[in-house]
Amino acid sequence: MHKNAYFGLSIVVAILAVLPFLLPNSFYMDLAIRMAINAVIVLGLNLLIGFAGQISLGHAGFLGIGAYATAVLPTHFGWHPLLAMGAGAAVTGALAALVARPIFKLKGHYLAMATLGLGIILNIAIRNEATWTGGPDGMPVPAMGLLGFELTSDKHWYWVVAILLAVSVWASLNLIDSPFGRALRALHGSEVASQVVGVDVVRYKVAIFVLSAVFASLMGSVTAHYVGFVTPNLADFFHSIELVTMVVIGGMASVYGSLVGAVLLTALPQALATFEGWETVAFGTILMLCMIFLPKGLVPTLAARFGKGE
Amino acid sequence: MLSQFLQFLFSGVTVGATYALAALGFTLIYNASNVINFAQGEFIMLGGMLAVFFTQLGLPLPVALGLAILVPAVVGVLVEKLAIEPVKGAETVTLIIITIGASLVIRGLVQVWLGKNTHSLPPFSGDTPIEILGATLLPQSLWVFGVTALVVVALWYFFNRTLTGKAMLATSVNRLAAELVGINTSWVLFMSFAMSAALGALGGILVTPITLTSYDVGIMLGLKGFVAAVVGGLGNGLGAVVGGLLVGVLEAMGAGYVSSAYKDAIPFVLILFILFFMPRGLFGAKVTDRV
Amino acid sequence: MALLDVSNLSIHFGGVKAVQNVSFSIDAGIVYSVIGPNGAGKTTLFNLITGVYTPTAGEIRLDGESIGGKSPNELARRGVARTFQNLQICMNMSARENVMVGAHLRLDRNLVKAALRFPALKSRDRELQTEAAELMAFVGLEKYVEARADSMPYGALKRLEIARALAMKPRLIFLDEPAAGLNPKETIEVDHLVRKIADFGVTVVLVEHDMKMVMNLSDRILVLDYGKKLAEGSGAEVRKNPDVIAAYLGAHA
Ligand SMILES: Nc1ncnc2c1ncn2[C@@H]1O[C@H](COP(=O)(O)OP(=O)(O)O)[C@@H](O)[C@H]1O
Ligand SMILES: [Mg+2]
Repeated sequence: MHKNAYFGLSIVVAILAVLPFLLPNSFYMDLAIRMAINAVIVLGLNLLIGFAGQISLGHAGFLGIGAYATAVLPTHFGWHPLLAMGAGAAVTGALAALVARPIFKLKGHYLAMATLGLGIILNIAIRNEATWTGGPDGMPVPAMGLLGFELTSDKHWYWVVAILLAVSVWASLNLIDSPFGRALRALHGSEVASQVVGVDVVRYKVAIFVLSAVFASLMGSVTAHYVGFVTPNLADFFHSIELVTMVVIGGMASVYGSLVGAVLLTALPQALATFEGWETVAFGTILMLCMIFLPKGLVPTLAARFGKGE
Repeated sequence: MLSQFLQFLFSGVTVGATYALAALGFTLIYNASNVINFAQGEFIMLGGMLAVFFTQLGLPLPVALGLAILVPAVVGVLVEKLAIEPVKGAETVTLIIITIGASLVIRGLVQVWLGKNTHSLPPFSGDTPIEILGATLLPQSLWVFGVTALVVVALWYFFNRTLTGKAMLATSVNRLAAELVGINTSWVLFMSFAMSAALGALGGILVTPITLTSYDVGIMLGLKGFVAAVVGGLGNGLGAVVGGLLVGVLEAMGAGYVSSAYKDAIPFVLILFILFFMPRGLFGAKVTDRV
Repeated sequence: MALLDVSNLSIHFGGVKAVQNVSFSIDAGIVYSVIGPNGAGKTTLFNLITGVYTPTAGEIRLDGESIGGKSPNELARRGVARTFQNLQICMNMSARENVMVGAHLRLDRNLVKAALRFPALKSRDRELQTEAAELMAFVGLEKYVEARADSMPYGALKRLEIARALAMKPRLIFLDEPAAGLNPKETIEVDHLVRKIADFGVTVVLVEHDMKMVMNLSDRILVLDYGKKLAEGSGAEVRKNPDVIAAYLGAHA
């Protein structure tokens, strides 16, 4: 199983390495970058949802904190973008840790409700504090100079996010096959069994929640820089749902499923744009069909069909 | 002072009644299937939008309203048959995504069919406000209070006095036992979706003359209904009603006295406090998970 | 001093008094059995002592320290292990990983080191894989070492629970009906297994309906009925106790 898993990583690295030379134009380059950014977020979220079995319907809120930190702090206070990014991640981590303890005494739908509420409050705050955030219209993000090196072209961005993605895949694979990761998966499999062997379940849930929130925040900052503009849509309920959908469609508790889910759902709106006006209907239909016919998600279902574990 | 307070209270109870109906809808489906139906808000939207559509067709008001309840009920049953039945026993996340998918389809279809405009419905008994201690109350609000109260009483009667209702209640307590004594639980599921869609639609119809409607009002209304259900203690009918009214009143008070910009955030702040300090809601019973 | 000392322990679920005013103590190194008809409160007693339920009243002392109301993971730290009557296997993991989880508290559980694949962690994990395979062989599961948990038969899963509990290196182990649902041959194997565990010096608390096994293994027996203590003593004493004959054994004769 483990050899197989790391073999997958080498394929991912190979694809990432040749992809920029195969993409015909900047439209696809842009798509690839956004796919990679989403993939990193979804990897983190899958640790929480797929591996640990906990729900979050508010992760876009954390993403929003990261995105707006990189927009607001340099614009209004002249902070260095990297410092702003770190501050966003720190605030996200602190907030996630603060609310997580009471939240993770809850289960199932109560947990869904609490995370959903948190996400919506964050989004409403972003929309309302127009003096700082530009309100519903959003605001531009100052360009980031990194050690005298400006990330301007798509090529640069591509390599940055590709490396981030490869490292995240590697770290995720390491994590799930470690004592920490086993404890996470065990509390998903049987909470009481994991408790009686000594797993402090609330602590583990909090840790993975905070970790995935910080991932989302950091990637929110990266998105903000890459796009050069932030809007409250980054942090809304629908985006939270999109992220969860990426996890579930690709495959819960599947590292490579996270990548597949992120790739497909990032491409989907582009593909659906041709349906003019029917996008929402088509998107909803696809969600339902996927969940009805592939409830375990694409990668685990296909892996099972072709007789191999991940 | 008092008049202002009363004014906020009236508007709070009015929207609160809609939340209560939505929360009852959540409760019915949750009890029958353990599913949180994220499409619940779309039934509220459907009720309002269809009422507008059918009245504009020139149908007499009672017929138009009847259809605006019936069609969502059929849609609810379709959702259950096509999307929920096939995945019985799936993980919570999967079910959440399926119902969100259903809500997108409903919303998208209405958007394509009836457009993106905001619509209003004429009040049922005119719009001459009634003065009470300096505050004004719209006649439509009386319709909202009255019909909601009637529905609550009817539901109470249904669940406590009729065999059908008792069968549904029994299923929610213990599905297996209910099946063993011969209750057709898949029929119970069917009824729950039909009833909760109808309840949502009814709420949507009643408030549309006050709050207006458009294809996208369902999300927020549905989520607030969910908040109300959880505030009251998920699965508890009385809790759903009290939760709905409480959410509506606090929202109106918060908007009036604190900040109208943060009006929509108030229910969610409330729910976080409730979950932190009374994790089972106001009326949820303490249970110890069996192992 | 006794290893475990339980006094006046009670728990109520609404109107159901599942355990009422039960007192007993268990010396280190013995096999102690709890018997009684279904619904007598045996599992509930285990849940109380292992921290899964919080007592309504009464006291539980482990080595003199009061542990009533402590969480299961705190008890795990104090060397208390258990299995479940209704299987609690992590079906999302392999059989071997289920056993490895049992060693949780003996490992470096640091998140950052894990994500960065620190060599020390990795090599410890490899040792643990061998250890887990040995434990599986010890409970008679050698042929399932590479299996997925969700592909194993019931009888094997029962033993997997025992292997997981043993991976904790416990002082005190609670076995809730380890032979329930097993065929006679498997039952004898479990009987031997419990003997072996006890021979390692682990104190065993056993709930079991198989009377032959109970009488064979137990140094002392506690009889529960309707949540109350009916009798306690050696096998011979309990067998002669008229209350027990009337309420329990009599019903089966
Ligand atoms: N979590 C719980 N909630 C409510 N009642 C419970 C719970 N756990 C056990 N009981 C009740 O306590 C009584 C004793 O059950 P149990 O300890 O499982 O019996 P035994 O293991 O001796 O067969 C039963 O009446 C059972 O229904
Ligand atoms: Mg038992």
